[in-house]
This record gives sequence, C-alpha cells and structure tokens, in this order.
Amino acid sequence: LPTGLYKKVLVILHDSILPYMNEPTLMIDFLTVAYGIGGAISLLALNGLFILIHQHNLEYPDFYKKLYNLLDPSIYHVKYRARFFHLLDLFLSSSHLPAYLVAAFIKRLSRLALTAPPEALLVVIPFICNLFRRHPACRLLVHRPNGPEAMSEDPYIMEEEDPSESRALQSCLWEIQALQNHYHPDVAKAAAVLNQSLSEMEDDISGLLELSAYELFDKEVKKKATDVPLEFEQVRGLFRKKNDIFAEHFTLD
Amino acid sequence: SNPFEVKVNRQKFDILGRKTKNDVGLPGVSRSKAIKKRTQTLLKEYKEREKANVFKDKRFGEYNTKISPEEKMMRRFTLERQQNYGKKNIYNLNEEEELTHYGQSLAEIEKLNDIVDSDSDTEEGGALSAELTAAHFGGGGGLLRKKASSAQQDEEEEKPKSRKELIEEMIAKSKQEKQERQSRRESALELTEKLDNDWKEIQTLMARKPPKSERKDKEVEKPKPDEYDMIVRELGFEMKAKPSERMKTEEELAKEEQARLQKLEADRLRRMCGIDEQANKKKPSHISADDLADGFILDKDDRHLLSYKDGKINIENEEEEEKDEEEEEEEDGKEDNENEESEEESANEEEEVAADSHSDLESDLESEEEAAGNKEQKKHNTNENESQNVKKLDPKMEAAKSELPYTFAVPESYEKFKSLLAGRTIEQQLLILERIQKCNHPSLAAGNKEKLEKLFGFLLEYIGDLATLDLPELRTIDRLVLPLCNLCQMFPEAASDRMRFILRDAAHDMEEVVEVKGRAAFPGLDTLIYLKIISLLFPTSDFWHPVVTPAFIYMSQLLTKCRITTLQDVIKGLFICCLFLEYVSLSRRFVPELINFLLGVLHISLPKKQAQGYTVVHPFTPVGKNLELLLVCDKKDLDSWQKQNLPLSIVTKLKQTSRTEINHIRLSCLALCFDLIKKCATLYESLPSFHEVMHPIRILLTQHLLPNDYPEKMQEWYQGALKELENKDKRYIPLICEKKKPVPLKQYTPRIVKVLEFGRTQGSSRKEQERKQLIRKHKRELKGAIREIRKDNQFLARTHLSEVMERDAARKRKVKELLGSLATQEGEWKAMKRKKGKN
Repeated sequence: LPTGLYKKVLVILHDSILPYMNEPTLMIDFLTVAYGIGGAISLLALNGLFILIHQHNLEYPDFYKKLYNLLDPSIYHVKYRARFFHLLDLFLSSSHLPAYLVAAFIKRLSRLALTAPPEALLVVIPFICNLFRRHPACRLLVHRPNGPEAMSEDPYIMEEEDPSESRALQSCLWEIQALQNHYHPDVAKAAAVLNQSLSEMEDDISGLLELSAYELFDKEVKKKATDVPLEFEQVRGLFRKKNDIFAEHFTLD
Repeated sequence: SNPFEVKVNRQKFDILGRKTKNDVGLPGVSRSKAIKKRTQTLLKEYKEREKANVFKDKRFGEYNTKISPEEKMMRRFTLERQQNYGKKNIYNLNEEEELTHYGQSLAEIEKLNDIVDSDSDTEEGGALSAELTAAHFGGGGGLLRKKASSAQQDEEEEKPKSRKELIEEMIAKSKQEKQERQSRRESALELTEKLDNDWKEIQTLMARKPPKSERKDKEVEKPKPDEYDMIVRELGFEMKAKPSERMKTEEELAKEEQARLQKLEADRLRRMCGIDEQANKKKPSHISADDLADGFILDKDDRHLLSYKDGKINIENEEEEEKDEEEEEEEDGKEDNENEESEEESANEEEEVAADSHSDLESDLESEEEAAGNKEQKKHNTNENESQNVKKLDPKMEAAKSELPYTFAVPESYEKFKSLLAGRTIEQQLLILERIQKCNHPSLAAGNKEKLEKLFGFLLEYIGDLATLDLPELRTIDRLVLPLCNLCQMFPEAASDRMRFILRDAAHDMEEVVEVKGRAAFPGLDTLIYLKIISLLFPTSDFWHPVVTPAFIYMSQLLTKCRITTLQDVIKGLFICCLFLEYVSLSRRFVPELINFLLGVLHISLPKKQAQGYTVVHPFTPVGKNLELLLVCDKKDLDSWQKQNLPLSIVTKLKQTSRTEINHIRLSCLALCFDLIKKCATLYESLPSFHEVMHPIRILLTQHLLPNDYPEKMQEWYQGALKELENKDKRYIPLICEKKKPVPLKQYTPRIVKVLEFGRTQGSSRKEQERKQLIRKHKRELKGAIREIRKDNQFLARTHLSEVMERDAARKRKVKELLGSLATQEGEWKAMKRKKGKN
C-alpha cells in the first residue's frame, strides 16, 4: 500500500471499520504489519491494535518494547501527536507495569523532549508527572538522595532497544532540569514542578493534547500587562548593540 | 442588707483579670421591685382593660414626694391665682388690662422708647413718655423721681452738640478712609507695574540655564500665537525653578550613572528569574537617557484610558476611510478634487526635488546613497499613486522649499505621514521626526499623547514599508530606530500594544497559511526587522514580558513550521537563529528549536545520504527534496571563498548572480552556522543535559562533515565550533527534590492565642466586629424581652387567679350566710312548732 492510503485507512480504522466487522481479529495481520513499518504509520496502527488487544484478547509479544522503540524525535512534531499521547497514556496507565519499563519510557520521553516545540512540552511534562504519580518507584529519577556524588556519564543508554537494558533507573531526569531553563515561561514553570514533591492528584492532560502553537501564541498575546518594562541600554542603531551577533554576520546592504 | 436575702453566685475558678458582674444577687428585693412595678403599670392596664374612659389626676405635685405638703399647697394656690388672673372677660372693662402691640405690652414699649429717645431730641420723638410727662406735669412723684429727671435733663442739654459733632466727624473719617484706599490701590498698581518691568529686566539674568533640548523647546514654542499662555507657562516653569543645580563633577556623574545602571540591572535580573512580586508592583519607572528631564510624568491612569484598541481602531478606520475616499474621488472624477490633489502632489514633488538638490549639495557618500534610495522610494510612491506620474519642475520653488518648516503637526493618517517623509534625506527625516516630537510634546497640550502614540505606529509601519521595498532601505531604518526608541520610552504601553498587534497579525497570517497548505513560508524582511526592533526596545531576558514572550513563540513557530526551499529561506532562518541567540544571550534560556534548526542547516550542507546517528526534526527531512541546499562541490569556488557578511537585501531579492557568488553565499551561511553553534555551546554550557542537547550536532560534525573539503578559513570556523562542543566536561549530579516542608502533627497542647481585649473576637475587621456586636446585643435584648413577657404573663395569671379565688370565696361566704340564715329560720320555725306541740 502507498503510505498516503495507509495513513488514511489507519486514521479511520478504529472507529469506522473495526466496530462493523464480524471478525475484527482478521485485521490482526494487517495491523501488525503496519505497526512494524515504523514512523507515523506505526503510530496510527497503535489505535487499532489497542482495540484488538483490549476487546479481542490479542496477545501481542513485546508490545511495550515496540512501543518504546516507536518513540523518536518526530513524535513531538507529527500531526497525530494528540492521538499518540492519548494512547500512550492509556497503555502506561496500568499500575502493574514494572518500574524499569516506566522509567525507561520516562527517560526516553524526556530525552526526546529536548528537541520538542513548546506546545508538545506542555503536554509531555504533565504526562511525565502523571507517570511519577502512578509509579512512585520511579521517583528515583528525580529524587536520589544518597546516590553517587557526580557521574561523568549519563547511565541511560539511548540507543538500547530493550527498555530493560537501558539502565534508566540508574539515571536522573537532567533533561527536565534543562527544560526548567526553557524560554517559554509556562514550560519552565511546568518543569519546575518536578523539583517539588508531587501532589497526589493527577493532572488532566486531555485538555492539553490538542494544544496548537497558534493557540499558545494567542494566549500570550491576549494577556494584559499592567506595565511594560523597557530596555535600558541606549539604542544606537539596528545592529549597533555591543557584541551584536548580527554585526558579525550581516550587513545592512 | 439582710444576709438571708443575699444570694451569692459562687465561682468555681477564679480567673485573673475577669470582672464578674453577677456574683452577688438580691433575689427577694429585685422580685419585689418587679412586682411593685407591675402593679403600678400592668395591673392598672389590666384593670382598665375594658374601660373607655380614663381618669387623669392633674393635681399639681400629687405624686411628687419631694415637695413638702405645705409647699405643695402654696404652689397650688399660686397656680390657681394665675389661672384666674389669665381668665379674661372681654366685657369686663374694670379689670386691669395690658394693651399689646405685636405681642409686647405697650407700656413696656413706651418705657423702652423713652430710653432710646433719650439720645435723640426730645422734640423729635413725638411720643410722650411716662417719665417726661411725670417731669413736666409734676404729679405724685417723690423726690427720687425728681432727681432722676433733673439728671436726665442735664444730659439732654449736653448731648445734642456732641452728636452733631460726632456725625460730622464720622463723615470726615469715612471720606478720609476712602481717599486713603484709593491712593493705596494706585500705589499698588504702580508697584506691580514697576515690578513687572524689573522682572522683565531680571528675567534673562535669573533664568536657569536650561539644557539644550529644553532651550530648543522654547525656541519652538515662541512662534506660537498665544503670547499670554506662553508667558504664564514660562513663569510656571521658572518661578519654581530652583537655583540651577551645582554642576556635577564628572566623577559624580559617572557614579550616578553607574548606580542607575546597577539598579536597572538588578531589576532586570529579578524579572529574569520570574519572581512574581505582585505586591511590589510599584517598579521604579525607567528613566531613559533621552528623557527631557522636564518633570513630565506619565499619568498611570491616563495611560490606561488610552488603550491601544481605541487608537488602533481609530487609525485603521481612518486609513480605510481615507482610502475609500480616495478611491471614491478617483472614481467620481470630480474636477475640484482632482485639482486639489494635483496641487498637493505637485507640491510633494517639489519637495522631493528640493530634497534631492539638497542632498546633492552634500558630498557625503552616504547621502548620495540615500538620494539613490530616495529615488527608489519615489518610484515606489509613484507606483502607489498613479496620478503622480506627471512631473513638473519648478526651479523657483526649489529654494523656498528646501528649507524645512520648524513646526509640524502630527500627521493624521499614515498616508500623510508617508508623504511628509517622502523624498527627504535621512537627516531631514530624522529632523522632521524630532521636530514633530518637540512640537507635540505631551506636556504642551492635552491631545498630544495620543498623537505621538499614533506616530509610533506610523513610524513602525513606515519601517515595515521600507523593509519590504525591492531594495530595502536598511540604513534608513537603522537611523529611524532612534526616534522609534525615544517614542517607545515615552509611551511604553502604547508601543507594546502596537508591537503585539503587529506580531498578532504576522502569526495570524502564518496560521492561516498553515491551515490551508500545511506548511508556511518564511515571512518578509519587515517581520524580521520588527523582531530585531523588539530586542532593541524591550528587555528580552524577562521571565515573562508582554511583547517578548509572544515574539519568542512566534519565532519558534517560524523555525518549526516554515518550509525551507531556497537559499533565502536558509538565510532568514539563520537570521532568526541569531535573533534567538540575542534574545537569550543574557537569560541563557534553552531554545530547542534553535539547536534543531542549526542541525538541519548542517544537514542540508551534506551530500545526499542516509543520515546516521542523528535525526533531524520537523522543517527538515532526512530524505526528500530541498536537500543539499548548502552543498558546495565546486573546488574553485571553495578556494576563492572569503568570509563575508551577508547583506540582508538578498533576503528579499536574490540578485542574478553567478554560481560562484551563490556558492560563496552558501559557504558564508555555513560559516555563520558554525559560529552560531559555537555561541550556543558557550551559552548552554551550564545546562545539565548539555551533551544530550548537542549530541546530534556533535555526531554530525565529527562523523559526517569532512572538514578537509573546506577552505582553510572555513576549517577555522569548524574547529572553533567543535572545540567549544568538546571542551565541556561531563558532570552529572544526581537530582534531589527540594525538601518538602513537613506538615506538623496535630498536638494536644492548647493553642495559645494572644488576647488583647476581652469580648472582642480577634482577627476580624472592624466592620465584622461591629456586626457581631450588634448581633450579640440583639440576642441579649431578645432574651430579656422574652423573659419579661413571661413574667408579665405569670403576674397576670396570678392576679387573675387571685381574683377568681376572691370571687369564689365571696360567693361561698354568701352562700354560707344564706344557708346560715335559712338554718336559723328553719330552727326558729321548728322551735315554734315544738312550742305549739307542747302547747
């Protein structure tokens, strides 16, 4: 199948095809193949697979491992981000998952968040917080009071495909700490939440899933400011600040 | 009193400082008192409950025990006499009567008249007074009266003279006073005149030497027509003017400046950390270096009223209206209007020509460039206004027009503003702007603030227009930034609103394109310039800033959403990267988009192959079109490359250049990219996951880029970037949560609250306290009233019962009597019968 058609089919599969089939299990092969392709198609196949697993007793070997390997930088940029995170939330909501697995997911998500746009960060940080709430064993990632003084390497192995081998539980969430310095004030605030011990209630991320960059912008623009601080450095010209990067590389011609 | 009647309320615990009201009570006494009171009031009412008439005892002092009976009798007697005295029978003429006039007895009036008249002439006061008649006609008056009258007569002899004299004296005095007053007024007038004259002489000497700008102000002010206003204002200025301050030494000045800068920097840092100090809202207002220091203070409240909405909408409407009007006019083709227009245009053209001639006089290179630029602009203008095609040259007018007028009104619309600046050299434009600002300084007239705020919008728009020209006049913009900044310092609110509006428009446009096409293109140079201007006008290091934060989000959208298809897109992207770097240079905030974009730029400089070890994100794709955009293969071009600064004009229009030049531009972009990576590395060095952030770039640099292919200069850039990346040591310190504040356990020791005043609940506002007190009082009163009513009822029931019993007893007694009498009768009758039987 061409990828365009693949995507179209997969997008509608879960709510307009599967419920009407007599034997949805026939779709197993199709979906497993689609899941194996990788990239956006795998993300989309997840939804159908979930229904099969959930309602038709499908046993899927190494499901979480494959899910883990689906996580790559593009998940924060693709159109289907909302749907993917919704499913991921569902899959990781089980409290019977082993801590190493959840820790690996957390670590990988936060590692990938280093390249994510702010609207995705605003989703993923509360998401990670929720994971911490569900799996208190993973709090080691943000709170390791009697660990080694300083490490020269991050113990986490990004390239490792098996979550159990990724040594995520020995690592810490330095990525989130980096995001506390994010330029977007809301992201920075959200990341700073992890500094404190978390509240008991889970955050509701369903409202955040559909957040778009433009909405984010709109929200900021509409905020009313009571007073506007001004730059106090004397303006001399367009590129005449001291140490101006532009003056080094651009001319006004 | 009787100890058996006293009831003591014993207290279980003695509490220090508490006053007890009811520790001792006399129940018997108080009960008897209450009963007595009830018999006096309630019982009476009860007894008279079915009676319509009331017996009133009006005897004087009947119930007053304080007056002794004898006195009582005396008072009663007098009262009786008085009553009888007042009773008159109008027909009884014999009784003495007082004649009154206006409520005053005539006899007394006569007496008074006599006293008053003693001053005036006896003959004049025609009424005959009792004394006078007594004196004149004798009568039975005794010696005393005679003496008195004789003394009076003596006085009467003396007085007339003195009175006349007195009156004369009075008249003379008043006249004199009048004269004096007049003379005083005259002298005062003279004095003020003299003072005015003196003042005018001194004025020039005494006047504090104002700073240059102020002096210019005054120069500008002088030609204004209303002289009186001018003088008043000047006086207002100078009367207050303290003796000019001692000139400060350079050291002091430097010190002050340093202190000011330190304060501002501390402010900036505080904002950077995002400490929301709502309480500390009164931030010190920034004093720009360009402040005229004329004591003009922006009114906070006023500024709120001038919300940008109104101004903005007004401007837009006006513009639209004017456009409409113009269109209508053109369509209608009315001769008059056309004539007027052509006149105006010819005038404009003359101005332009004049400007050109003026600039020709200057042998400055720059000005020549500007002139060229102006011609360009002229072309632009002519394109816009079709009717401007005809050019007339009037040499005579040139000389007259070449001199700029000194006063400018703030243009009403953007079109007028543009026509005002059109065809001037930069210097003239700046001068015009400066004069507009000076003439319309907010302290001079009420509406000037709005006008200048509008001017800020016009200027921004003008800058945008200049940037969108085919040949962007960036040098002009470079100069125009200064007045823009001045205006911004004067009206930060309006400026920020204006900027936000521009940003919103830009983001909105992009969002529309994204919705339709899925991906957007980079905006024009004007938007880039606006973003740059934002960094000049506002502090970009704030944690949150009304203008800067939206700008951040907008730029991040640009870097993630805009497709990169041409070399220009790459340059624009790199420009935005530079902007990002500049924005965060102080705050060192992390911008993932920046790193992504730089990685992508490096990626497109590589030959096509499957990327390994790193992944590029959104606007860039690992495979597909638009790769190798920065790839240079030509060996010759590589060798001949020299690092050059990228001219911004190629952003709008890539000149028809040779392959070599394009290749050179590509290489320059690459060098710029390397430099940016280096700067990023130094900037983000402190990030805890610095290596993870830079990991893809490092892999790309070390494994995929082959530095040997590049010329030596490029290798320098490359090495610089790489070195900066690798030099950082790796240090990972395990994270530790901030200690949670322990929640205190519940304790059983009593909570000790400081009680300052008894009976007053602590920690509530005055109003609440009053309310509570009222409620308490009401409750107490209600209880008391209920108790009283209950007791009344008991009392009534008791009286009722006693009445009934009395009645019953009386009846029993009567029945007994009757029975007794009947029994005696019966007995007597029986005895009689027995007697008869015996007999």
